[in-house]
Amino acid sequence: MSVSATTTRAPARSARPAGTSEHKSVKTGSVAWMALPALLFFLFFGGVPLVGVVLLSFTQWDGIGAISWLGIGNWTSVLADPVMWKAMGLTFGIMIFSWLVQTPLALLLGVFTAGTQRYRAFLAVLYFLPLLMSAAAISIAYKALLDPNFGLAASLGIPILVQNWLGSPTLVLFVVIFVLSWMYVPFHSLIYQGGVRQIPKTMYEAASIDGAGTVRQFFSITLPQLKYTIITSSTLMVVGSMTSFDLIFVLTGGGPGDATRVLALDMYLRGFRANQMGPASVIAVLIVLIGLALAQLLQRVGGKDKSSSQMEGM
Amino acid sequence: MSSSTRSQALTSTTTGTVRATSRRQFLSMIALAPVAGSALAACGTSGPGSAGSGADAVATEWYLSGEPSESITTDAVNAFNEANPDQAIGLTFFQNDAYKTKIKTAIGAGQAPTIIYGWGGGTLGSYVQAGQVDDLTGWFDQNVAVRDRLFPSSFGPATVDGKLYALPNETVTPIVMYYNDELFEKVGASKPTTWDELVALVPVFREAGVAPLSLGGQSRWTSMMWLEYLFDRIGGDQVFADIAAAKPDAWNTPAALDALTKVQDLVRAGGFVDGFESVTADSNADQALLYTGRAAMMLHGAWCYGAMKNDAADFVTGGKLSFGPFPTVTGGAGDPSNAVGNPGQYMSVFSQASQEAKDAALAFFADGIMTDDVIQAYIDNGQVPIVTGIEDKLAASDDAEWLDFVYQLASKAAVFTQSWDQALSPSTAEALLTNIEQLFALSIDPQAFITTMNATLGQ
Repeated sequence: MSVSATTTRAPARSARPAGTSEHKSVKTGSVAWMALPALLFFLFFGGVPLVGVVLLSFTQWDGIGAISWLGIGNWTSVLADPVMWKAMGLTFGIMIFSWLVQTPLALLLGVFTAGTQRYRAFLAVLYFLPLLMSAAAISIAYKALLDPNFGLAASLGIPILVQNWLGSPTLVLFVVIFVLSWMYVPFHSLIYQGGVRQIPKTMYEAASIDGAGTVRQFFSITLPQLKYTIITSSTLMVVGSMTSFDLIFVLTGGGPGDATRVLALDMYLRGFRANQMGPASVIAVLIVLIGLALAQLLQRVGGKDKSSSQMEGM
Repeated sequence: MSSSTRSQALTSTTTGTVRATSRRQFLSMIALAPVAGSALAACGTSGPGSAGSGADAVATEWYLSGEPSESITTDAVNAFNEANPDQAIGLTFFQNDAYKTKIKTAIGAGQAPTIIYGWGGGTLGSYVQAGQVDDLTGWFDQNVAVRDRLFPSSFGPATVDGKLYALPNETVTPIVMYYNDELFEKVGASKPTTWDELVALVPVFREAGVAPLSLGGQSRWTSMMWLEYLFDRIGGDQVFADIAAAKPDAWNTPAALDALTKVQDLVRAGGFVDGFESVTADSNADQALLYTGRAAMMLHGAWCYGAMKNDAADFVTGGKLSFGPFPTVTGGAGDPSNAVGNPGQYMSVFSQASQEAKDAALAFFADGIMTDDVIQAYIDNGQVPIVTGIEDKLAASDDAEWLDFVYQLASKAAVFTQSWDQALSPSTAEALLTNIEQLFALSIDPQAFITTMNATLGQ
């Protein structure tokens, strides 16, 4: 387990230094040693396992016996495997749909909860409740709720909700995206809430004087000012989708068939169920590479010197 | 999105605030970091509870948490340790799924317990191949009494290349048909003895508004049980024996094609409960369908009896539950006495353990594991220990009828085939379960199933 945990986290972690390192060199060289403990931790828990996984991807190993060198055999077989390509497609599908569902919801909720009224603060607390629960607990709860015979719909007697939620290859995708969104929208709302609260009030005051309504203010002030918050939140969503594992593993186990077998799950099932550590390592390396590339891409979209342009027009 | 995104967000927030916080606060953060690190590392090793005299234990055993076997085994180990203080066994418990991953990793790392608990078959074969478990053939020859009191059928999954690598123990759990008698009375039907009778009952129960068969299809191995029996009834036990031996093209037989087609026909006819693909066995929802009267029949392991007695005592003891062997298939080549399921549980000795630890483990195998107390404890829980000559004890139990049925089925079976996912190697088993799920979902046809599975032979 520890191997997979560290490798899947690698892209998320390694995405960060690329963005911040530029500042560090510009600012002061004297505090560079402060990064040393973090760097050591990263090298030990992120770097070393990553090198190990790259090496393992060129070997044949069942996790129990001896490790034998294989060369590029794993790479050719995995890259020719339709199961892996389906998993890849699913991963990107879930990534895109999750983004499309979560971003507008989180943005609106974030803007709403950024207000100072007391009822908003109360509602915000309710919205953030899913953040307090573990993915495994959420999955088990949803599994019970969606049971066609003893679940919520059957108990309440709502026939339209009695569906083969986890058993139909098409429905199950919507269920997964729904549960993922239910779980992570509060987190992203929190980011947006913070972002909105940083927008200077004077901008809105000026806009009101100029006669802009709430909608106009949202599109002309709030949204442009949140540009970098959106990029941060999107990076987390996209890279997180690449490594998304726990919730889907407990909720569907990749099923029915391979309908929800995303890349991270494919890696786990190959490595720890089917005892094929070599092919599993290939997929782990792929996840790292794609995650890094996506994170870089999103940083580029946001522009290079982002912190200096945050207060544009002020 | 995974939890890793959360941790990343937290770390980036921390680095963001560093510039603003004082030097002292920053240093205290560094001081805390190793603590957090070690706490994370500890998660991997701690967690399971321990029993027995762990501190001065000579040999170690890992076992599964969950009643009733957890207390039965704890009692057995405690009794053994009291009688043999210088050969004490230290017992540690793990949750089932966690154990299966952990034991593999531990064996690979050379850190396994002395006694390796498992289910024999393909997984044991992979341990043998890696030279990680001891050959016990010689030990069994010296301890004939230990060998001869156990069911002969239980030794199959313990045998690799003609040598014994594990001690069969605990209980035998064949897969049997369960019936809801109330529903059968309501529609005026009798229990099916042949496949055709079973298929003919489907519209009868559908008309009465209940599901003919309960199935926890999301768990996959539940659907596999149907194929296990159909393959055996139609083509005999040799069909799967060839597959397990990885003979070329072994899945491509007329019997296999017939069995796979029959299953899909049954699915198309509405034999299984609506939405069975969403029903899970780990929550016992499939059993609940049977005892709440929503499904009339269920094919399931013998372990369900105890579970249903626990969840719906009224249903089991009130005479509403009945059981029987899997129906025969007219014209099929299989011996009707054949059974499938789990012939037993298995304990092996880790080859890298010290000689002292191995001696203690073998002493425990001989005297500690299937004692009279253990046998009685299993019987009291509605399970049949894999020991011969216990008819009297079974007859004296509250569940005599059930226990006698299971005992006869298991001890008289011409061939007792081990559950496929355990008999096959781990990589083949994973492919099998995925394909079975697709077969039951009608998303692949029998021929596609055969082609895909043929490609996995020998993996």
